[in-house]
Amino acid sequence: MLFFSFFKTLVDQEVTVELKNDIELKGTLKSVDQFLNLKLDNIECSDASKYPHLSSVRNIFIRGSTVRYVYLNKNMVDTNLLQDAARREAMSSKN
Amino acid sequence: MSMDTPLDLLKLNLDEIVFVKLRGAREMTGTLQAFDSHCNIVLSNATETIYELVDGDLKSTTKDSEMVFVRGDSVTLITTPSE
Repeated sequence: MLFFSFFKTLVDQEVTVELKNDIELKGTLKSVDQFLNLKLDNIECSDASKYPHLSSVRNIFIRGSTVRYVYLNKNMVDTNLLQDAARREAMSSKN
Repeated sequence: MSMDTPLDLLKLNLDEIVFVKLRGAREMTGTLQAFDSHCNIVLSNATETIYELVDGDLKSTTKDSEMVFVRGDSVTLITTPSE
């Protein structure tokens, strides 16, 4: 649940998603679910010439399992809060 | 008395620099900010290295990012970097 909550704090922020097929999409994160599926608005492809089929697409749903990386800006993340949340998650998931 | 699971060891690496090996001849080094039981991780000040064979020669390219989420299914190992 940690990263579900983490991505919920990033809603309405601009993120760059790199997929496992090397496509890179930048857009505004509109929503996220428990599988870390993502909905992005106003996307732009970092290399539109390579992926012309995406140039007409503005809003997109990304299946979580196809994501390789999500690039964020430093100022979007409270690192102390995130580390504490990770410690708590590690505690609570131990049964 | 607490049983240490492999992931409990990762907890000791929070806020430390870690070396992460990934699928597809990729590696990443950065400061560990978060992880979960799927090995989803967040690294800050990360450097990704991608290894490629170009005409039989090993080429590596690097890419820096100030904050990155890495999906756990790409992760193969996490360790502290060798000096």
